[in-house]
Amino acid sequence: MAIEVRIPTILRTYTDGEKAVEGSGATLAELFADLETRHTGIEARIVDDGKLRRFVNVYLNDEDVRFLEGIETKLSDGDSVTILPAVAGGMV
Amino acid sequence: MRYDSPLAAVGNTPLVRLPRLSPSDDVRIWAKLEDRNPTGSVKDRPALHMIEQAEKDGRLTPGCTILEPTSGNTGISLAMAARLKGYRIVCVMPENTSEERRQLLAMWGAEIISSPAAGGSNTAVRVAKELAAENPSWVMLYQYGNPHNAGAHYATTGPEILADLPSITHFVAGLGTTGTLMGVGRYLREHKPDVKIVAAEPRYDDLVYGLRNLDEGFVPELYDASVLTTRFSVGSADAVTRTRELLQQEGIFAGVSTGAALHAAIGVGNKAVKAGESADIAFVVADGGWKYLSTGLYTAATTEEAIATVQGQLWA
Repeated sequence: MAIEVRIPTILRTYTDGEKAVEGSGATLAELFADLETRHTGIEARIVDDGKLRRFVNVYLNDEDVRFLEGIETKLSDGDSVTILPAVAGGMV
Repeated sequence: MRYDSPLAAVGNTPLVRLPRLSPSDDVRIWAKLEDRNPTGSVKDRPALHMIEQAEKDGRLTPGCTILEPTSGNTGISLAMAARLKGYRIVCVMPENTSEERRQLLAMWGAEIISSPAAGGSNTAVRVAKELAAENPSWVMLYQYGNPHNAGAHYATTGPEILADLPSITHFVAGLGTTGTLMGVGRYLREHKPDVKIVAAEPRYDDLVYGLRNLDEGFVPELYDASVLTTRFSVGSADAVTRTRELLQQEGIFAGVSTGAALHAAIGVGNKAVKAGESADIAFVVADGGWKYLSTGLYTAATTEEAIATVQGQLWA
């Protein structure tokens, strides 16, 4: 099951500079764990104590996952996940 | 329609159906034309309301200096009102904002203090807060945290939309200070509990995010996630595409953030069509395209060319 994950500039040190990588998982939590197996250290920058970090926004097909099921949001083949730092216009 | 003064003509903007961009006869998209306000943007509403409330509270008195961090529209609205009411105004804006905006501010007599481009509006907010601390007599209305920003929309934009479109199912607007979404959202919820409030958040170019740290961030004090049903991130390519479609198919010449809101409106509209539901979706045309002409996006021969030409120019 292939899911495209768009990586923000600040996390590209974990992906050898790649702007997008592929991953797999039935939920976002599984996807981030899968990314961790190839991009050591990336998971802890996104997830803290089983939750998304406060100033990290994650979008599934452009929709903010905090309004879906957060880190337990279910994924399907062909989905696109975007990770971004919060900027003015913000989030909580 | 007749008004006693230019300032009294803020608000009461048209709500128009978009017959060509609506997904179907049962799923209709309506544009709230906020570019029809006196200075040409939705920000006339919160700017005037924040000033009038500050006058009422006694914070703002004749001869006062107003200070505000702004990337453009709010400053322009405040500057016009300040000129008519006799206040001095100082605006803090990122050094890379467009020439059109600088001229518009200067033309109303605003003084501009540039903040470093790095960090964009986050930095403008920080610089303005520092200036406010150094100049205690200046009055910072502070659109990101002033409840009267959302209050303006609660008092005017929301009631206007509900009066024109009692069958409304979705309200869509851009997410910046969050004032429009918070104010209209709260008003509509009170009157139509099932209404869906949808935020369209601009997704900036890599350049902007590259300067951010994942451990710091800026959340406008006004933001209350519980008002929103959902929130979409709209990339500049989609925003530019929709801005051009709005111009070419419906004849509406709007700014780029409007394209982002339209993209989200069409997105929820297509979902309603798939689900076999009818919908009346209102979205906000925040400003006209005039201030963005220098980007070249309206006259580019193709949308691909327009997207390429705005790279690095948008969302300062």
